[in-house]
Amino acid sequence: MEWQEVLINLLRNKISLLGIFIILFFVIIAVFAPWIAPPASPRDPYMIPRAGWSPQPKPPNEEHIFGTSENQYDIFYGIIWGTRTAFRVGLIVVGISTFIGITIGTISAFYGGMVDEVMMRVTDIFLSMPFLVAAIVLTTILGKGLDNVMIALVTFGWMSTARLMRSQVLEIKTEEFVEAAEALGASDMRIIMRHVLLNTIFPVVINASMRMGSIVITASSLSFLGVGAPTGYADWGQMISFSRNWILGTQGNALQFWYTVVFPGVAITLFCLSWNLVGDAFRDILDPKLQN
Amino acid sequence: MSKEKLIDVKNLATYFHTEEGTVKAVDGVSFEIYPGETLGVVGESGCGKSVTSLSIMRLIESPPGKIETGEIIFDNKDLTKSTQKEMRKIRGNDISMIFQEPMTSLNPVYTVGDQIMEAILIHKDVNKKQARQESIDMLTKVGIPLPEQRVDEYPHQLSGGMRQRVMIAMALSCDPQLLIADEPTTALDVTIQAQILELMNGLKDQFGMAIMMITHDLGVIAEVSDRVAVMYAGKIVEYTDVETLYANPKHPYTWGLMHSIPHIEKDVDRLQAIPGSVPNPLDFPQGCKYNTRCPFATDKCREVEPEIEEIEESHQVACWHVDKLEEAKAKEKKEKEKE
Repeated sequence: MEWQEVLINLLRNKISLLGIFIILFFVIIAVFAPWIAPPASPRDPYMIPRAGWSPQPKPPNEEHIFGTSENQYDIFYGIIWGTRTAFRVGLIVVGISTFIGITIGTISAFYGGMVDEVMMRVTDIFLSMPFLVAAIVLTTILGKGLDNVMIALVTFGWMSTARLMRSQVLEIKTEEFVEAAEALGASDMRIIMRHVLLNTIFPVVINASMRMGSIVITASSLSFLGVGAPTGYADWGQMISFSRNWILGTQGNALQFWYTVVFPGVAITLFCLSWNLVGDAFRDILDPKLQN
Repeated sequence: MSKEKLIDVKNLATYFHTEEGTVKAVDGVSFEIYPGETLGVVGESGCGKSVTSLSIMRLIESPPGKIETGEIIFDNKDLTKSTQKEMRKIRGNDISMIFQEPMTSLNPVYTVGDQIMEAILIHKDVNKKQARQESIDMLTKVGIPLPEQRVDEYPHQLSGGMRQRVMIAMALSCDPQLLIADEPTTALDVTIQAQILELMNGLKDQFGMAIMMITHDLGVIAEVSDRVAVMYAGKIVEYTDVETLYANPKHPYTWGLMHSIPHIEKDVDRLQAIPGSVPNPLDFPQGCKYNTRCPFATDKCREVEPEIEEIEESHQVACWHVDKLEEAKAKEKKEKEKE
């Protein structure tokens, strides 16, 4: 199926259209962040401005429309600039880890034999480590900070793509048109680029789209656990971690600090959901068995 | 024949080393192809005919496959000793190949034109526009109507016969000297088969190339071949020109094959088939590999494998008991006369 056709189908599908709209909405927020929430110090716009030093969150008011979090961090500002953080983490981590996964999976399956054996055993070793624990350990070793979180997420996030790609390539490799291309004198590189990748890439693209959401959740969990972004950095996970002490509210009024959880929570959920919707629709469109 | 050989295969042996043991898919095969002729290679499934062709192209997957011994002399070079880089220059350019399944031999994500252009762009020094024009010309040559329109269509928009024509166009786009056709008509229905064979015969003269036609269909062989090699269990058992083969088969296997073709003018209740099946390649019988199914087999056949020998001019047979077959033929003829 051609790209244009896929795109048209994506736009026709109501579910994916909804997903695309939400993603676009976030993109607009990310792009116009400096206008929507003007930074207090332009040199470091990602640091959330504080409205005081009181530890207790304050409910939404005219000045802080989403209220302020623990230690008076402005929730609205954090959400707006956190959108940029989410896109940055998502795109960079998914981009790099997918690239690594595609490369390893393709080479492994295409050449087979010892190459396959070595690469897949390395993949197995990485897979045997529990993802979140490994990521936390690596981030701790590298030091706190968003860049290190991304390095950790890439290091332990490429294996599923590699395996997916390997199985795809193994299937395509035996197709006669690959043999036919070989019989025409095409080089390995040409066969991989022209004949193998284009026929195998779609499931990986779907997988990558789904992972965009989940990676942002994982990055948020790391921030929530305190090994992510530095304190005060505009990051949705951190916003939720600010609410950790206030989730239960006070006696007799459990929902007193609802705004500290709900706004960042909604942002993360919507972001993750939108990518999943697009990924799902993508799969439906591309799976010929589900067509008609 | 005094003509210079285009390709000379000498004692080629290709084995597959699997976990269950060594499969001798091709075991000492010698033949030659002269410029402009068609050599038919016929045999049952698994007799090694495809492996022979893939060995010539050096497309045997290794491991497990390996060319153990033998030479493939093409253009004064031994292809068994060529590097993959050298082979890539030969594939598609000097020797090209068409496959059995036109449905799967084309990449579904590219247009027909893109795929024909691929070989042209790999081997010729032309730009995309020229390559496109050449592929349109090729489509015209293989008899596809409205080539300007078809060139931008995807494989799924074409019928099986059309696709096989496209495959032929791809294979011939760089004007090869040898075309290896691995069961090119097996997946097509009979009327289309005839069209494709006719097309290939015509193009052979037009392009002045030789064809190695691999098939299990004796009808196809009769239609297109000049000479025929009959293969059984990795060996050539009979090797001669097509008229001699049909008029006077000397190997019991060939004779058996001829008998198992249904004839329209003869009304028989039951088709005569060769008893048994092809022996397991992991466990070939000792001696002549056909001895388990051969009606003339003796102890000698079960002990010593016959080498292929020239029994009359340009007629090679690998059998100990050519005389016994002659007796059987004479007997058969007598019975027919009685009737």
